[in-house]
Amino acid sequence: MMLEQKAFLSGNEAVAAGVRLARPHVIAAYPITPQTTVIERLAEMVEDESLKAEYLNVESEHSALSACIGASAVGARTFTATSSQGLLYMAECLHYASGGRFPVVMMNANRSVALPWNIYGDQRDSLSLLDCGWIQAYAENAQESLDLIIQAYAIAEHPDVLTPMMINLDGFVITHTYELVSLPSQEGVDAFLPPFQTVNKMDLDHPMSLAFTAGPAYNQAFKQLQHQAVLSALKVILDTEERFGQLFGRNYSGLIESIHCEDAEFIIVTLGSVAGTVKPVVERLRSLGERVGLVRIRYMRPFPDREIRKALAGAKAVGVLEKDISFGYEGTVFTNVNSALMRSKVIQPRLLNFIGGLGGKDISVADIERLFLRLKSPDDGETVGFI
Amino acid sequence: MGNRQEKKISIRNLSDREFFYGHKGCPGCGGSLALRLALKVFGERSYAVVPAGCMSAVGFIFPQMAFTCNAIISTFPGTASMLSGVAAGARALGIKDFHAVGFAGDGGTADIGLQALSGAIDRHEKIIYICYDNEAYMNTGVQKSALTPAGARTATSPVGNRLRGAVTQKKPMFEIVAAHGVDYAATASVGYPLDYLRKLEYASQVDGTSYIHVFTPCPIGWGYETSDTIAVAKNAVDCGLWYLAEFSNGRFTLTHNPSEFISVQDYLLGQSRFRHLQEEDLQGIITMRDLKWSNIHREWFS
Repeated sequence: MMLEQKAFLSGNEAVAAGVRLARPHVIAAYPITPQTTVIERLAEMVEDESLKAEYLNVESEHSALSACIGASAVGARTFTATSSQGLLYMAECLHYASGGRFPVVMMNANRSVALPWNIYGDQRDSLSLLDCGWIQAYAENAQESLDLIIQAYAIAEHPDVLTPMMINLDGFVITHTYELVSLPSQEGVDAFLPPFQTVNKMDLDHPMSLAFTAGPAYNQAFKQLQHQAVLSALKVILDTEERFGQLFGRNYSGLIESIHCEDAEFIIVTLGSVAGTVKPVVERLRSLGERVGLVRIRYMRPFPDREIRKALAGAKAVGVLEKDISFGYEGTVFTNVNSALMRSKVIQPRLLNFIGGLGGKDISVADIERLFLRLKSPDDGETVGFI
Repeated sequence: MGNRQEKKISIRNLSDREFFYGHKGCPGCGGSLALRLALKVFGERSYAVVPAGCMSAVGFIFPQMAFTCNAIISTFPGTASMLSGVAAGARALGIKDFHAVGFAGDGGTADIGLQALSGAIDRHEKIIYICYDNEAYMNTGVQKSALTPAGARTATSPVGNRLRGAVTQKKPMFEIVAAHGVDYAATASVGYPLDYLRKLEYASQVDGTSYIHVFTPCPIGWGYETSDTIAVAKNAVDCGLWYLAEFSNGRFTLTHNPSEFISVQDYLLGQSRFRHLQEEDLQGIITMRDLKWSNIHREWFS
């Protein structure tokens, strides 16, 4: 295990620290609340040469990601960060980066989407872009944010994967909350993360055309390869976490974190920082003899369907709590969890979808306790409800 | 061209190598000629960035690639931003002696790509941006762009009882780019290839952003014979509706200063996109031309 330093950092600062350790060649970014302090810290690091990178102050989020794609296309390691409207403005480039197999790493500060305008956290920005071909991870705290950034390059640049990766931090709750964070040593990260090597680049000695047109006869074959690449990340994520744990002593649990699910009858499934509110409630109810559990989804793509099925196999009722809704139906996380369960041949638990936290609306300990009560009550009402 | 150091480029010493070849461009395509000549000047250490548009549509159809240098299609708005990334990435990787060259159409430059172009110029990115201007969105079927000239019939600026083609003036991209304080900007025409080649060569030596706006007629969209592209491109300059100029070190110069103009009517009415124009329309176009030239003479030579 390598020696580590401790620092008191916000989630955004932890991301910036992780990016510095990963040694990107090019950073292109455009400011948006609550992402700004990430790119401010990075600009300072480039200025004081503690990070040797090209820093592009671009004119829009579309340009930020477009520039990262261009840099990746010559074999450079890249980073950008955005949030909310900025992520939506990037949408064209999101698909472009994944389709072109450019392993850009991006941090997204999860924030509500206008209208109405709101700068606070929910997950409608990234979840509405779940289908853009990126690997999507959701952090619970600043430490995990930092570790995910470092791991993201190893996962995204893996030759079996070559897919861009988005690390999501709940706006303000994670991005602006300070925690004591362990900083891996540069030597450790250098050992963990070798320089980016790819054949998928424009090389002056071996010229290539990239980002080309493929007509009906070929197009689907490329899409099948892309799908396979994202599925390949399922194993690469586990291998990467194992190597990371060996080097730095912090172990992660794969695509989901499962707490007390082995014998739990009532389980809340959620993602991001709200899991930190659910955990003490689970522990308290457990101490009272209640058989409750928590599944925290760490990756939405690739989706951990086997892990979800296994964790929920013995549950009587499951509540999917998410800061998201697909208007006119249900939450996107719920849709995915439901689909995973439908693939199993075991008896389905009762499934409820709790929509909350939109536009930064607080989700309290009391709210979580009520949700567990709701799961235990036989009654029913609507499957999908706002809390 | 001032006192700059340059080897004199000519048709005679132009490279025999082809870097854009075997593409599916239409017969008589002015745009593909602009690319072909430019890459002969910039050479094999070029990264060509080509957004959605005619040249990407005809040059990158898997598995048949037409570029023999490195090339990539950018998003439609993303020519200049991707170029910026390519240049920054190559720089950061320690790659030396390369050209990051963009080839965007008129719509990709003056409409959807203007924001990214403005940003790149503002950062003085070491890139070369070439706008091949065929005056409409051609590969989607001839729709109006901001560089479609007044009066031109396109699929979205129709001719009828109320309208007689495009009602807007051609956006002054060269002047807009120059107003940024760009390191180098020029206009050119495939009808004056030597002038274009010299500007390409100069751009290849600029330590900063270069912008070349090259006039590239389109026989399909404009309605003239495919064998007449060079003549049309030359006539546009000779009748004064296009001009050959440069901007560097904060100064505008003409590289071709016609003492008299050939007939605007002949130039316009030789193309089916203008054939509906009435006498008052033609007079209006001539008035705008004369105003432009009086401004050029007053402002550039004062």
